[in-house]
Amino acid sequence: MKTVTLTLTNPPKLLLEGQNITPDNFAGKNTAEIATLDLWEGKQKIPLGKHFTVAGDGGATAAETKIVLRGDCTRVKRIGQQMTAGEIVIEGNADMYIGGWMQGGKIHVKGNVDSFCGIGMEGGELIVDGNAGCHLGSSPRGEWRGMKGGLIRVAGNVGSDTATFINGGTIIIGGDADIHVSTHGEGGTVVIKGDAKGRVGGQMVKGDIYVYGTIENPLPGFSMVGEVEQEVDGETALFAHHIGDLGERHPVSRGKTVYANLYTRL
Amino acid sequence: MPKKVENVGCPYCGVCCDDLVVTVSDDGKQILEVENACAIGNQIFHHATGSERIRLPRLRQPDGTYKDISYEEAVDYAAKVLYNAKKPLIYGFGSTNCEGMAAAAKVAEKAGAVLDNCASICHGSSFLAIFDNGYPSCTLGETKNRADVIVYWGANPAHAHPRHMSRYSIFPRGFFTGKGHMSRKIIVIDPRHTDTAQVADIYLQVKQGHDYELFDAFRAVVRGHEIPDVVAGIKREQIVEVANILKKARFGTIFYGMGLCHSDGRNHNVDIAISLTRDLNDYTKWTIMAMRGHYNITGPGAVWSWQYGYPYCLDLTKKDIAHMNPGETSSIDLAMRDEVDAFINIGTDAGAHFPIDAVKHLRKHPWITIDPNINMASEISDLHIPVGIVGVEVPGIVYRMDNVPIQYRKVIDPPEGVISDEELFERIYRRLSELEADEAVKEHAKAAPEGVRAGE
Repeated sequence: MKTVTLTLTNPPKLLLEGQNITPDNFAGKNTAEIATLDLWEGKQKIPLGKHFTVAGDGGATAAETKIVLRGDCTRVKRIGQQMTAGEIVIEGNADMYIGGWMQGGKIHVKGNVDSFCGIGMEGGELIVDGNAGCHLGSSPRGEWRGMKGGLIRVAGNVGSDTATFINGGTIIIGGDADIHVSTHGEGGTVVIKGDAKGRVGGQMVKGDIYVYGTIENPLPGFSMVGEVEQEVDGETALFAHHIGDLGERHPVSRGKTVYANLYTRL
Repeated sequence: MPKKVENVGCPYCGVCCDDLVVTVSDDGKQILEVENACAIGNQIFHHATGSERIRLPRLRQPDGTYKDISYEEAVDYAAKVLYNAKKPLIYGFGSTNCEGMAAAAKVAEKAGAVLDNCASICHGSSFLAIFDNGYPSCTLGETKNRADVIVYWGANPAHAHPRHMSRYSIFPRGFFTGKGHMSRKIIVIDPRHTDTAQVADIYLQVKQGHDYELFDAFRAVVRGHEIPDVVAGIKREQIVEVANILKKARFGTIFYGMGLCHSDGRNHNVDIAISLTRDLNDYTKWTIMAMRGHYNITGPGAVWSWQYGYPYCLDLTKKDIAHMNPGETSSIDLAMRDEVDAFINIGTDAGAHFPIDAVKHLRKHPWITIDPNINMASEISDLHIPVGIVGVEVPGIVYRMDNVPIQYRKVIDPPEGVISDEELFERIYRRLSELEADEAVKEHAKAAPEGVRAGE
């Protein structure tokens, strides 16, 4: 695997949109070619080399390309958007849409990320060591088929609207979650190891949510049906099992109504 | 002999009353009397001729004062600001006609700007819910003629839409509702006991910020499930009682306002309200409608959706791709994140409505206000361009809150020399095209035009 190191030496005045910073776009290109790829600052198109110092060449394919980003990328959006393979390591913070519409590969952010990260995700892995903003692993606006696959792991807290319209895949949150988790969910798994503020599983059809801490405002549409032992993220624990959202439509499979499951740790 | 103009549309709220009678003086220069309008609509007409108007664009000078300039200079200034900015923001449009909105969209596309309207800080969250969940709505005429149960949720029309209740929802006698308010059930759900709640048959004082839970409880009850004893501060018995009224209605409409759009959850509150409406349609006919604020704030949604496919928060910076994602491309977020470097405030007052931090960020860059009147935004602008008042001095199409287009007329002429929003934007567009064509200008124009950034 070949490594390309990008160091942000000339930070933007407003913002940068870096949808070209993916192993797919870097594959088969040398240092000079990578430096000519486009970035956007508002309506201005700028070559990547004007803001970043580029070191190293891309691999032959996306899978053989690793990108390391150094410097303060707090205002660089869309890194790793639509990537299919390879690896990206962001040494500090990053802005919005990190790993959006990602199909494969791995992104590791060592700092915090802003909103809309991992939206419309279909595969791959997005690891965030810090906190994430709102709409983590959510569906893009107006899209009723949300996250389909892959894994998102956030060590810290997340904002609101996590996993809206989730259809598949797994989101594991180490800290607390703000309101709205898996709203309109039709599959997938969300694990919150801290507390949830409320509206967990609202309008949810199918899928699983695990909350280790407390839910400040539980929804009236969920009702407890028993206690179960479950293995979650490599450890086994006892959970209270709730089904819901009872106000929402639910499919019937083999004569039985399928509900969404909410497990709260006992 | 003073002239009476009948069937005049009112340029105040989303109810778009079109039954006003305006009396104009002999010379056609003074508005003497306005009949049928509410107190606020009345004031808009009288303000046009009863007060001192700005007649020329005003440019901020180095000493902080305003100096009158010609429209030509103002158009040139605005075009250069848009042309030189990396990411300009054009925001407003609550109070102008659709013709002006279409012309502004042309300018935004040419300039590579972000185009946003007041829905961004108002019913924008309704759009997001409608994208996700549909909009089982109707016209106000249907509500008037058919509805026997009315729900006002998080809305206070007694103050915000003064004639809504008398024209469409509670009091009018319609085709199938001949007994007027005698045969209608009014349910008001609001954390505050508002003046609208005073006329309600049933008032539910929902705990502030817990509307979503209450909707969820209604949905569970409608489907025949058990709910906890108390939800969002409302007792179970009362929720069941109201749910039964909703199910037994012949025709019902849920009118909702900022109580849903701007409490926690925003679009999700509207989203679940739409879900409840859909559920109720298993039993009877139910509809839902957003209580849109200004008389033509529904307009930009209709006009821009037709032009670009999105109703608001349009990022046109890539010119051939329209991108829309509130949270990123919405005015407040752009301002708070300091992502824009020029601002045009048109037909609204961002100075009064935006959070102070957003205003401070926007104020770092050129700020142009286009408005007939002096307002808070015009007082902190670099350039203030006056225009004619739509519905009083300028005719045009407006969209009522139920998406019905209405042709507004003018009753008097604008002050001499004052142009319309549409003409202003067409002229800015022409100047922008000239700048774009003229490569030589591009080099010079990089420097801010004279007069900008006064007193700093």
